[in-house]
Amino acid sequence: MSAKMAIIKRELQGYFSTPIAYVFIVIFLMLSGVFAFYLGGLYERGQADLSPFFTFHPWLYLFLVPAVSMRMWSEERRSGNIELLMTLPVKQSDLVLGKFLSAWIFVAIALFLTFPIWISINYLGEPDNGLIFASYLGSLLLAGAFLAIGSCISVASKNQVIAFILTAVICFLFLLAGLPMVLDFFNAWLPQFLVDTIASMSFLTHYISINKGVLDLGDMLYFLMVISVWLYATSLVLDMKKAD
Amino acid sequence: MIECKNLSKVFNQFTAVDDLSFVANKGEVLGFLGPNGAGKSTTMKMITGFLQPTSGEIKVCGIDLFSDPIAVKNKIGYLPEGAPSYDEMKVCDFLIFIAQMRGIPKEMIATKVDEVIERINLNKVYYQRIETLSKGYKRRVGLAQAIIHNPEVLVMDEPTDGLDPNQKHDVRELITSMAKEKTIIISTHILEEVHAVCDRAIIIANGKIVADNTPAELENMSKYHNAVTFDATIDFSLLEEIKAMGCVRDVEYDAKRKKTTVFPAQSIYIFDEISAFLKKHKISVTRLSMEAGRLDEVFRNVTLDDVKEVA
Ligand SMILES: Nc1ncnc2c1ncn2[C@@H]1O[C@H](COP(=O)(O)OP(=O)(O)OP(=O)(O)O)[C@@H](O)[C@H]1O
Ligand SMILES: [Mg+2]
Repeated sequence: MSAKMAIIKRELQGYFSTPIAYVFIVIFLMLSGVFAFYLGGLYERGQADLSPFFTFHPWLYLFLVPAVSMRMWSEERRSGNIELLMTLPVKQSDLVLGKFLSAWIFVAIALFLTFPIWISINYLGEPDNGLIFASYLGSLLLAGAFLAIGSCISVASKNQVIAFILTAVICFLFLLAGLPMVLDFFNAWLPQFLVDTIASMSFLTHYISINKGVLDLGDMLYFLMVISVWLYATSLVLDMKKAD
Repeated sequence: MIECKNLSKVFNQFTAVDDLSFVANKGEVLGFLGPNGAGKSTTMKMITGFLQPTSGEIKVCGIDLFSDPIAVKNKIGYLPEGAPSYDEMKVCDFLIFIAQMRGIPKEMIATKVDEVIERINLNKVYYQRIETLSKGYKRRVGLAQAIIHNPEVLVMDEPTDGLDPNQKHDVRELITSMAKEKTIIISTHILEEVHAVCDRAIIIANGKIVADNTPAELENMSKYHNAVTFDATIDFSLLEEIKAMGCVRDVEYDAKRKKTTVFPAQSIYIFDEISAFLKKHKISVTRLSMEAGRLDEVFRNVTLDDVKEVA
């Protein structure tokens, strides 16, 4: 087994060895259901699609993903395990990537467990399953971007509470950048191309675009790029902070 | 073999390790001694590739640490200070994880884990979660992960810290049994350990080497080296007579315990002279012995000297 696989396996076992994992999954399933049915009127709309369900994912992730990512590195630093881990004959990139991937897989499992909603919508009508698949993919990519941010923040802070709050705030800023409200605010005093830049940075813009079924490679690449940049930053901060 | 050349580590403004140079050879157990905060752990963290030195060179088994860190890490087994491990894992799972991370082939992992479990005597806690282990067992798990890949170089930061006397003995035996074919560095605050396991000891104070000797040589530096002690009721006039002897530098008398210590001039051998003297004056002694030297006294001298110099 490669070192990266060993890390992924150990981390996943780590998640499921505490009740936190199950609490996370239950909360995620409950809230995504509640939001979709009550706030989004999934059934009442009389349309066979899952868009109300996916609309609320960014806001759910905003506080659920930091809860997953906060202990990713801060716990290793607090316990001193980081010394053990980083003196093993493993590339640092494998450590960063392995930890990130396991968190991502964990969120993917939670996301997968929402499949009853997909089954019931297929039972009730004839939805565009290609679109639903794309939306799931978009949701997963968004969660990945949040997790990569969280990974970097959790290296920077030994304190899990601070890591949680900072991650949520930064993710919030990246989401917000696309809201019309925010863009209007910038429109008043920034040149158009800068406003466009801010808008194009927004997670929400790309997420919504994927949700509309415009399977634009650019949107997906954007998320993959965001993930890479934040993971690279994780590695840099790790070099600076590991000794403290 | 471990070679460190002009190794320094500066944290912000603070110099934790200051221009350290030494070589540890194969078949040698090298002890790091020094007061708290001397820089022992920091030096070990640099050798094992965890910390980047501010300046200096490190070679392990002839491989330069900075040009091929992975190859060096492959050669080293490391027990960090406090023996950290994943608390929520079972002992066996933790060791399997380390074996996988160390790239031990899948079909050999079970054998390697069993071997090390046997060697460190962890059979009893094989399926126990690490967080439920006693301090001593936790440390032994740390030792087990350090030697699971049979490394050429072993670096152990306070391997016997917090162990009971029996376990201390076991760990020392383990270190001695591995010493022949490995290069081993341990740090310790227990001076008798230096005698028990180390072939050589480096005393570090304020990040600098203040002594690099064999345990016997260190003892020779003690003023107690070759000092003769005896327990007897003795007249002060006779003590004065002993003090006046040519081979004697000084005499100390502990009235409460009736214990006399005679310090030789230039640490020469004076046991025969003193015992002859006592016999001549028909003094009945309940105990008569010669000291090799006291490491704690040497330790205090060399480390406190250094503090004074800096101040
Ligand atoms: N990450 C760090 N940042 C700042 N200072 C540090 C850091 N790590 C260690 N130090 C300082 O470096 C000095 C040496 O620490 P080190 O842990 O190497 O001492 P030691 O010899 O192992 O002591 P002990 O016997 O108590 O284990 C100490 O003064 C410590 O405060
Ligand atoms: Mg130390």
